[in-house]
Amino acid sequence: MIEEEAVFIMREVAAQFERPALMFSGGKDSIVMVHLAQKAFRPARFPFPLIHIDTGHNFEETILFRDELVERTDARLIVGSVEESIRKGRVKEETGPEASRNALQTVTLLDTLKEHNVDCALGGGRRDEEKARAKERFFSHRDAFGQWDPKNQRPELWSLFNGRKNPGEHFRVFPLSNWTEMDVWQYIASEKIPIPSIYFSHKRSVFNRRGTWLDDNRFIEKYPDEKAEEKVVRFRTIGDATCTGAVLSKASSMEEIIAEVAAARVTERGNRHDDKRSEAAMEDRKKLGYF
Amino acid sequence: MDLLRFTTAGSVDDGKSTLIGRLLYDSKSIFEDQWEALETTTQSRGEERVNLALLTDGLRAEREQGITIDVAYRYFATPKRKFIIADTPGHEQYTRNMVTGASTADLAIILIDARKGVLTQSRRHAFLSSLLQIPHLVVAVNKMDLVGYREQRFDEIVRDFREFADNLDVDDITFIPMSALKGDNIVNSTDAMPWYQGPTLLHHLEHVNMGSRKNSEDFRFPVQYVIRPDQDFRGFAGRVVSGRIRAGEEVVILPSKEQTRITGVETTDGPGNAANTGESVVLQTADEIDISRGDMIVRKNNVPEIKTKFEATVSWMNKAALESGKPYVLMHTSRSTQAVIENIRYRINVDSLHREDADRLELNEIGRVTIETSTPLFFDAYKLNNATGSFILIDPADNVTVGAGMIRNTSSSALDVPEEKSPDVTWEPWNIPRVEREQRNGHSAHVIWLTGASGAGKTTIAGELERRLWEQGKRTMLLDGDQVRHGLNRDLGFSPADRKENIRRVGEVARLFFEHGDVVICSFVSPYRADRDAVRGLHPEGRFSEVYVHCAPETLQERDPKGLYRKAREGKMASLTGYDAGHEAPEGKHVISVDTDRLSAEQAVDHILKQTGII
Repeated sequence: MIEEEAVFIMREVAAQFERPALMFSGGKDSIVMVHLAQKAFRPARFPFPLIHIDTGHNFEETILFRDELVERTDARLIVGSVEESIRKGRVKEETGPEASRNALQTVTLLDTLKEHNVDCALGGGRRDEEKARAKERFFSHRDAFGQWDPKNQRPELWSLFNGRKNPGEHFRVFPLSNWTEMDVWQYIASEKIPIPSIYFSHKRSVFNRRGTWLDDNRFIEKYPDEKAEEKVVRFRTIGDATCTGAVLSKASSMEEIIAEVAAARVTERGNRHDDKRSEAAMEDRKKLGYF
Repeated sequence: MDLLRFTTAGSVDDGKSTLIGRLLYDSKSIFEDQWEALETTTQSRGEERVNLALLTDGLRAEREQGITIDVAYRYFATPKRKFIIADTPGHEQYTRNMVTGASTADLAIILIDARKGVLTQSRRHAFLSSLLQIPHLVVAVNKMDLVGYREQRFDEIVRDFREFADNLDVDDITFIPMSALKGDNIVNSTDAMPWYQGPTLLHHLEHVNMGSRKNSEDFRFPVQYVIRPDQDFRGFAGRVVSGRIRAGEEVVILPSKEQTRITGVETTDGPGNAANTGESVVLQTADEIDISRGDMIVRKNNVPEIKTKFEATVSWMNKAALESGKPYVLMHTSRSTQAVIENIRYRINVDSLHREDADRLELNEIGRVTIETSTPLFFDAYKLNNATGSFILIDPADNVTVGAGMIRNTSSSALDVPEEKSPDVTWEPWNIPRVEREQRNGHSAHVIWLTGASGAGKTTIAGELERRLWEQGKRTMLLDGDQVRHGLNRDLGFSPADRKENIRRVGEVARLFFEHGDVVICSFVSPYRADRDAVRGLHPEGRFSEVYVHCAPETLQERDPKGLYRKAREGKMASLTGYDAGHEAPEGKHVISVDTDRLSAEQAVDHILKQTGII
């Protein structure tokens, strides 16, 4: 049901837009998106490139996985680099222990879309992730500045998706809108889709900041009282390595992960520091053009 | 696992957000961090109890105003089913959101505040649900705690709502008394209302019958996208929106009407040989036909309507009004075309359900319009097929979606749907209502329909029957086949299609006299059951009596009052009901049977009057 819907949406994008692209972060949702794209256009190759917005603060496993996937699917990969944007002076690096390149991504993303004339960016966003996303459309219209206006979204009825726009505007399309975190995991399990190793339990050097286990890496400046220690952890979500929290977990197989997700008492984004800055943080970032 | 989509409609203060919050909270679909955020907000606002409504009010602007202003989708699952909630705001200016949420729903929850009872907007929600053909309605009578959990109050609301819903096209309504705030009958049953034996809301959601929206009969495959990886493979990607298809079947391509055979069905899991309703597949055809997006693949003997002109009910969603004569872009299945609203027949007042004259439709208004498109659409009536009966209108100036439409039965096919009672409107075009006329006349209006072969005795009995009623001081009118065919229907012959149209017109005329308060006697061969059922459908339950006048075939030939059977024997008539063309006899308890081999005309009239209870 939700698979059919996602496939239908992807085909609709291929038909309605001239230069679509699939936003690929290396996380499980975008991996599922690639899998669905392969299904939607079988036996042909899917007719759009992958775009990865690289913050430069990656978990190594993510990049390895990305390159393997590109190899496996024979896809075209476009990388938009935040480092590059910083070098060009398009954005300014935050400093200090709380520094993150999350906010900077938006500028790099919009620049990359513009550079490649992308008129539709396919994203793995789900409505269940966060309150502000509950109202998101499958076809989300963005003005010439890439901005989202919650009061000016087109009504979507039945399976009729209106992708008409003026030159310079673009769309973000979310085929997984109606999927939940559980749906994604169950789908990965039933379709036997490979995912990066950091989703499974492993030993890692981490430190605790306000209840979140952060990876001890060269991108994060620790406060004096923060001490790294070895823990058995896994990641429920993969984002920027400076602010994505790990969970203490022994789940090392798909079945164990699903059981853990089913029993979880915290949403998957509950561990994303970037969302917590204020209650309406996500909404503010969306308005600026974030996914 | 099943997926049930439902909408929730109710006004800001009926406790809709609390109801959803309660549903999520009691079904353990809320996470700790969401709960903590709720508690934090509650504290900062200085409120006492954790406000479940905050769970669903997503956007800051709304939280500041304390209202919801758009369709928000929520997800939860129980071991039995997955659910998608389309949470739509209930106040006046957001009809468009309700229509949007309702367009994909299997079920609608209409929330009523037990203190306030059935309000204008409850009626509006019910009307919109029936308009969008949501198969199931749940009337959630909330805040029962504030009316002392009294059964009598609940019963009053059920009665009021039913009285109104009788005018709507809704098959399944479930009433549940509840308190979202206290958690009564949402997920957990309660001791507070021992008089209520029915299911809790969640139990009902988990067990309600699914798939009522599916049309598994008529194969329709709008082509979405052409897939051509190399010279050897050419396939047409799309979703089977209704019906099913197998490799090897003969199909026809619209609009070219070229015929071919399906040679392969590529599923998302690889080559297969069949596809069912809802599946996204790639079809391959035997012949190299030029097929592109916007075409439709169907079966030869089951094609949709192919027209550039049709009637539709449109829900308007834009600040700039809908105007006739203005060009819009119309999206229907995978086809986009230019469209002009030819005329606005009437506006439907969604509160009173009355038809009103209108020359434009404003934001949130709904009306019946005639549309003309620049290229033909391949459609079915929305009632029969949601996917091929729905469309959206787009303003080409700014590309915004401005309207949503549901295609109505075209007049020629209206009779194919016996139950078609203008579902979206109660019939009230009369200046003086029938009830007042009936009071003045001192008797009820009624239609007595005599059907049977030529020579069975219909005309004699009808004449005698009218005379008898007239003498009793009743207002009467007699409509007879020959008389009507000399005037109103002199353009019609005796082909099946013309016979159908003959009866359709007569039915409408009978209806007019009925609304005038008369006892209308109709004497027509009317051989087709479906036609008679259509006329029955025009009249209120119990006010239309069908009389089957019959005798032995040899008696017909013997009587032959019009010499028709002689002509038929001499080969001078194409076909004659009762001689070589069949009469579909009416069946069922309601039919009054009159055997004229056994009864005189007078006895027949006595029998009819007794059975109908008119005298």
